[in-house]
Amino acid sequence: MLIRRAERFKASDVTDETLYLNRRAFIAGGAAVALGASDVADAAAPPAGAPLKAERNEALSVKDAATKLESATTYNNFYEFGVNKDDPAREAHRLKTRPWTVKVEGLVHKPKTYDIDDLVRAFTLEERVYALRCVEAWSMVIPWIGVPLSALLKQVEPTSQAKFVEFTTLLDPAQFPGQKPGFFGGGLDWPYVEGLRLDEALHPLTLLTVGMYGQVLPNQNGAPIRVVVPWKYGFKSAKSIVRIRLVSEQPKTAWEKAASQEYGFYSNVNPNVSHPRWSQATERRIGEFRRRPTLMFNGYADQVGSLYTGMDLKKYY
Amino acid sequence: MSRRGRLVPKIVAWAIGLAPLAALAWWIGRAVWLNTDDLGANPISFITNLLGDWTFRLLLASLAMTPLRIVFGWGWPALLRRLLGLFAFTYAVLHFSVWILVDHFFNWGQMAEDVVKRPYITVGMLALLTLIPLALTSTTGMIRRLGARRWTRLHRLVYLTGVLAALHFIWLAKVGRTDQYVYAAVLAVLLGVRVVDWARRLARRAGKIPHPRPATPP
Repeated sequence: MLIRRAERFKASDVTDETLYLNRRAFIAGGAAVALGASDVADAAAPPAGAPLKAERNEALSVKDAATKLESATTYNNFYEFGVNKDDPAREAHRLKTRPWTVKVEGLVHKPKTYDIDDLVRAFTLEERVYALRCVEAWSMVIPWIGVPLSALLKQVEPTSQAKFVEFTTLLDPAQFPGQKPGFFGGGLDWPYVEGLRLDEALHPLTLLTVGMYGQVLPNQNGAPIRVVVPWKYGFKSAKSIVRIRLVSEQPKTAWEKAASQEYGFYSNVNPNVSHPRWSQATERRIGEFRRRPTLMFNGYADQVGSLYTGMDLKKYY
Repeated sequence: MSRRGRLVPKIVAWAIGLAPLAALAWWIGRAVWLNTDDLGANPISFITNLLGDWTFRLLLASLAMTPLRIVFGWGWPALLRRLLGLFAFTYAVLHFSVWILVDHFFNWGQMAEDVVKRPYITVGMLALLTLIPLALTSTTGMIRRLGARRWTRLHRLVYLTGVLAALHFIWLAKVGRTDQYVYAAVLAVLLGVRVVDWARRLARRAGKIPHPRPATPP
């Protein structure tokens, strides 16, 4: 693999930064206690940014230096909070991540509704440092924490008719201001729907994610639970998931509905297939000055290339 | 208008033209020497967007001066038209320079491909090109040398600049963004006022509408 060796950040760096970045929440929490605030539900929920322990899976981690936590939590595409990069960080406090349930249903033998806390306890979490490539030609390196999605799917036992997995994000304009109808209309057809082929969903790299940088997933990064599919453009990795449905037909995704010629169902990272409006040959790694070449399947060609043997990736972009 | 009366709008126009550059210099300085996060996680994109936004705003400001005269009969806007236009040109050149020098770092092959294959970049380049003859002929000496009529005809090119700039923004904006249409709507109003004024003058010349002012000054 063409992944550059770079000095890995130390766990202590991350912890320091975490405490530093959450100083306001810490102070606010202290103030709430001092004032005798009685919002019990909020107090009981593990706050975004609380420490979350997980063993790193070195074999499935890239060796590049992780992006600064501050960049990863302030430069986000999460249209439910707004279309600008700084909207998610500013609006994230509106999202209530407890109580939260995820329905797993459709073409399965054992449909089940998971409470988020039970789900986190039911599996062994692991940390994986993945490259993240946005369709807008920028990239980051993020240490995610989660479980392979395949572990969850095995529990519900997909039937033989199941061919695709459909993810649905929470629909609630009160918590997601971006879902309110805009002045010019615009935006996406909510709720956000994404999908994977079943074999993609079962691939060991596909991570059901509940944390990053050694802490509970911040709201602006898709709390409380999201998927991460590192060889596809970032928008394929659905955030704040409330439903996972196994289906026989290819799901119609939110971005396909909005602009199918720009955002295909597969959307594998591919330097040779341009977006209609810009080239995908290079990318800007956040924190770096020069552009770097984009790698086939975002550098995961060895692991996932075989999923697409014989497929015309220009046609199935 | 008194000399002081003329001075105030000019000072305001200079301030508007220089303030974004001053802010940008301040943020870049802080980011470089104090390692602050004023420019966000993607500074190059931030700077490019800021320069592009201000190019369009100043271009629209320059294009708004004549309509202000037409609609309200004010004299002072005419004094600012050139200044605002030259500021727009300055920001356009900076916007373009960041793209060449910083974003693509002289990757000529990639840039040439972008200009040819990406319509939003094609029209953006064209918009900049149309501004060059206007900037070059902006001096009083050049106006005299060209003659008022030829100069005026040449400077109508700025209407095309406005349309190309609007297309540049509309074609690059992602789904869900709406400010590109606000800019385009403002441009449409500014050009629309001219069209209406032109049609009225044409009709007046044909004798259909009486001249609003008396033939001899009172």
